[in-house]
Amino acid sequence: MIHLVAGGALAQIEQAPFDRPVIDWHAVAPELLLLAVGALITIVDLVGLERVRRIIPTLTGLGLLIPMIPLLTLWDQSEDLPRSLFDDAYVVDRYSLVLKGLFLLSGYVIVLLSTNYMSEGDYYDSEYYQLISASILGMVVMSSARDLVSIFVALELVSITAYLLAAWRKRDLKSNEAGLKYMLMGVFASAILLYGMSLLYGVSGSTKLSDIATAMATGESKPIFTLAMVFTVIGFGFKVSAVPFHTWAPDTYEGAPTPLTAFLAVASKAAGFVALVSVVTVAFASQPDVVEPLMWVLAAATMTVGNLIAIRQTNIVRMLAYSGVAQAGYMLAPLAVYGDKPARAASAIVTYLVVYAAMNLGAFAVVIIAARKTRSGEISSFGGLFHYAPGLTLAMTVFLFSLAGIPPVGGWWAKFEVFRVLTTGGSSAGIALAVVAAVNSVIAAFYYLAIAKQMWFMPAPDGDHSPVVVPPALMAALVLTLLVTLVTGSVLIGPLADMTDFSAALP
Amino acid sequence: MWLNQFLFFAAILFCIGVYGVLTRKNGVLVLMSIELILNAVNINLVAFGAYNQDIAGQVFALFIIAVAAAEVGVGLAIVLLIYRNRRSINVAEADLLKG
Repeated sequence: MIHLVAGGALAQIEQAPFDRPVIDWHAVAPELLLLAVGALITIVDLVGLERVRRIIPTLTGLGLLIPMIPLLTLWDQSEDLPRSLFDDAYVVDRYSLVLKGLFLLSGYVIVLLSTNYMSEGDYYDSEYYQLISASILGMVVMSSARDLVSIFVALELVSITAYLLAAWRKRDLKSNEAGLKYMLMGVFASAILLYGMSLLYGVSGSTKLSDIATAMATGESKPIFTLAMVFTVIGFGFKVSAVPFHTWAPDTYEGAPTPLTAFLAVASKAAGFVALVSVVTVAFASQPDVVEPLMWVLAAATMTVGNLIAIRQTNIVRMLAYSGVAQAGYMLAPLAVYGDKPARAASAIVTYLVVYAAMNLGAFAVVIIAARKTRSGEISSFGGLFHYAPGLTLAMTVFLFSLAGIPPVGGWWAKFEVFRVLTTGGSSAGIALAVVAAVNSVIAAFYYLAIAKQMWFMPAPDGDHSPVVVPPALMAALVLTLLVTLVTGSVLIGPLADMTDFSAALP
Repeated sequence: MWLNQFLFFAAILFCIGVYGVLTRKNGVLVLMSIELILNAVNINLVAFGAYNQDIAGQVFALFIIAVAAAEVGVGLAIVLLIYRNRRSINVAEADLLKG
């Protein structure tokens, strides 16, 4: 296929008069408020210096909750949804509102987790919170982005700040290494993703996802589109730590400051999933024959490899990292059968993301609290926890049961939704993947319950039974995540299913 | 000018970049290889934009140039941090974390 580029092509581009786009200020209010909060923290820190350092975490936490108000009012006026801006390049619908809420709330919990950790270490704490709020802004923008350029910019806003945060403990060699590995892999992944995006743009002639979908549906230029889809999926595969692109995740998680690990494992991963789901369900809606097999292999490999390596970990953060890789496999699974009902696959993934955020942040909260006393990240240091911190042990057990998918706590409902999507289509590929996922759930239960056994039945490693002090911020984070984990699997099943019904928003 | 020539050139640059990322051990050279990939993307976008008579390709390329600068700024800062602490920017030597 040979094409001519006309001489002086640029001069021929039609000079249409510039129309000022109509901006729906209500729809972008959450983003604007978050931006204002980020700027406010920076200014307060610059002006107040040492005197205000103690209030910065509180300010950031509250600042992340303020954008929830326009989110709720937008949700309340659901008859106006979807609201679209910039010619459908930026869409506010139920799908994006649920995700924005998820990002803001998990951001709030991460600020709670960081408060004591950052103020007790020799770190630059104000800048930490500025970068966290910038990263959350990237995620919030990502939920609405329906255009390759805005998806790319949002993804980079999430990632670049996260590279800095991973290397935060700058005199610690492990933290340096965590930052280096994350940055090199992340930038490489973005470059590959962009190459795929450039091909998508080239063949469809537009950067908007809906236009790309229209161009694809005609069935022309299938080979180039296939290449572009493969590159795009590989690029996002790095971001969501799918096997075989997961190698950075355990190293980065172990070396980074622990609250930031929670951030990477939950919020940053969710942002990658959001971008992947938007691109696959909107732009690639007509191409399940190419994307589904790719996703099938990625999902099966991700859950199996993640679980098998998690079994032999002795460090709890590394174990949670590999468990996070395995959980990403379950979340990828609905995309292996998205073809007949993309919105259904998306709602299973978002349900999983909501529950996963609560249970994983909770598990990290317990790890952070316990490490304040034991100063250790080894699983063996959890021995005897039941004797000196029964409440903490009970909470951790709930999170572990939820991660393993044991009813009635949240995790089982998330897994159930995934299985339902996999099996209702009736395709043999979906059922085969459901079997793989079921086998994996059993393997995963083994190592989750091993930690529970360590806490309940093993003696404390050094016989130290002094109680654990839980500061108020960490207690709030623990209670919040525990509540959500408990109710999403029982009382809240109905409302959660209503909330994640995206049949109106996605194809 | 043929569109193919630009695409082939970009594809070759992309392959050189990927090869560099996978084989180089020096942190700065890995970053430079990634820049090669990003430039391949820019060439693709501008060529497609000219071919489609559409300005969006060039706008996208401008965004990539700006974001890549931020990325490399952070990247070099992290490489410099590693150099200060270890007196080496060999990526393969950074192996404290494994398993």
